[in-house]
Amino acid sequence: MELSFLFGQFLGGLTTAMFLFLIASGLSLVFGVMRVLNFAHGSFYMLGAYLAWQVVDWLAPMLGSFWLAAIGAALGVALLGAVIERVLLRHLYGREELYQLLLTYALVLILGDAAKAIWGTRQLSVSRPAILDGGIDILGTTLPIYNLFILLIGPAIAVAVWLILTRTAAGRMVRAAALDREMLGALGANVGAIYTGMFLVSSFLAGLSGALVTPIQSIVPGMDVEIIVEAFIVVVIGGLGSFWGTFWGSMIYGQVLSFGILVLPSFSLFSVFALMAVILIVRPWGLFGRPIR
Amino acid sequence: MMSRAAVLVSRIPWTLVVFAAAFAIPWFGSRYETFLATQIAINALFAVSLNLLLGTTGLVSFGHVAYFGIGAYVCGILMKTYGVPFTLALPAAALGAAAFAAVFGFFCVRLTKIYFAMLTLAFSQIVWAICFKWNEVTGGDQGLPDVPYPDLDWLSGLPGFDDLRTSDQFYLVVLVVVALALVAMRRIIASPFGRMLTTIRENPERAASIGLNVRGYELAAFVVAGGFAGIAGALFGIFNRGVFADYVYWPKSAEVMIMTILGGLEYFWGPVVGAATLVLLNQQITEYTEYWPFVLGMILLVLLFVFPGGIVGGLTAGLAWLGRKWKPADA
Repeated sequence: MELSFLFGQFLGGLTTAMFLFLIASGLSLVFGVMRVLNFAHGSFYMLGAYLAWQVVDWLAPMLGSFWLAAIGAALGVALLGAVIERVLLRHLYGREELYQLLLTYALVLILGDAAKAIWGTRQLSVSRPAILDGGIDILGTTLPIYNLFILLIGPAIAVAVWLILTRTAAGRMVRAAALDREMLGALGANVGAIYTGMFLVSSFLAGLSGALVTPIQSIVPGMDVEIIVEAFIVVVIGGLGSFWGTFWGSMIYGQVLSFGILVLPSFSLFSVFALMAVILIVRPWGLFGRPIR
Repeated sequence: MMSRAAVLVSRIPWTLVVFAAAFAIPWFGSRYETFLATQIAINALFAVSLNLLLGTTGLVSFGHVAYFGIGAYVCGILMKTYGVPFTLALPAAALGAAAFAAVFGFFCVRLTKIYFAMLTLAFSQIVWAICFKWNEVTGGDQGLPDVPYPDLDWLSGLPGFDDLRTSDQFYLVVLVVVALALVAMRRIIASPFGRMLTTIRENPERAASIGLNVRGYELAAFVVAGGFAGIAGALFGIFNRGVFADYVYWPKSAEVMIMTILGGLEYFWGPVVGAATLVLLNQQITEYTEYWPFVLGMILLVLLFVFPGGIVGGLTAGLAWLGRKWKPADA
């Protein structure tokens, strides 16, 4: 096998990884702080994709419409997430996990059908922004500039979120809420607002990744259900609630999927689920997580 | 004191009445009604088997569909590919599903809460990935079409049964199998073993401290539930005239969970009521709109916020309220 081929495979895995990181980081943040496993996170991602397509459709002739669409879609989804947290999820925090899981699953059903009703079932796609057209040659493989952009924006967002979490007052509050919600409330902090804010940020990331994926993948119904399982795998590998764990989890997932196809073509799906199961059996809190008390 | 009418009502063996009424459907109902009744019976068995974990033992399994699917594939492959008779293929499906449940469950019961749910989901997706890709055995994404009906000639020989369609006869077989399985599960839950499972649900730490092998009991519950789910899957594969990878895809796990909770997971008959309600609602609603999942999501929201006890829980609470209202009149 040629080296350039393997390198291309590696780059493909890396691009997958960065997308998954963008999606899964929001899922992991919400679980880490709120202990809610959000099935609807994949639906937020799907809505981000559809909204981006819609905005591009409206603004088509305008220059830079893709960027406006990406930001607009992410903001729209963020707003929706905040409303859902305020109106629905908030009332179930005291109840068993099963009920929170079912609530977010109800949202999967509702949002999935809503998207079908609005945008239909045909495949939609968005063309690459003109600035990022074309490709560059690296070590004998051609990497589309758009993929390069994704490879850069993934780590950029990771570092930004990490800096916010560790260096700012708001980040301190979030970390405190994750550790001991009641104590933080007793000290006079507005835990409810922190939760809403977390959900808003998480939905923003989901919406943004949905919008950014549109130039590479076509938008189809069912992409919500597919992506959420992949995001679950990533956060389980890295550790539910662990931020850098999610980063490395997506890296591992991307490479296993990318090279798994070479080794066992028809069982690459199997290999990632098997990886998830093995991690859960050996180290349920993931490679980078800490056991939950 | 109960009124005489109430005593009379409570003396009627309601389960037998329902069974007899269900048994009469092929003679008095239409072909479509028999079709719906078959679907309800199979789903009821599947939902009750899940409730053995969810309601009785307090284990949130998000991958119960794996054992349903394994049962369906084992029975389907045996009957179609190898021509094994139904009377052997059905127990084989139950045993196959239970065996997989034993292996997967061995690892799952070591985890708690959300991790348990995630690992059950992971295993069910492993099963799905295999069924989806292993073309030689499971037919891959094409599935396994044309699973034959069991040989029911002996049934046609009986007086009164001879003019029934094969699908009607198969419905009667399904009904009897499901009834027997429900009786068995009811006895299991009422047995000392079942009581131990409830103890574990209520307080696992205390159960462990009085010397109970919590993991062992949980694993046993997981295996039993998996076996019964396998029977439901085997029946469904024949009923649906084929086994497809969709049976094992994770949203199906959520669907059966909704059935269970819709009926009420604190009651043995809750999942049965939930299965019947969901199948009938689905049939009614899909006549008007293709957006059944939307309606299902809305039902789920109402359920979570208004009737957390499910239909049976809501009815029980309603009857208790009525009973209190009528009491002064008796005195």
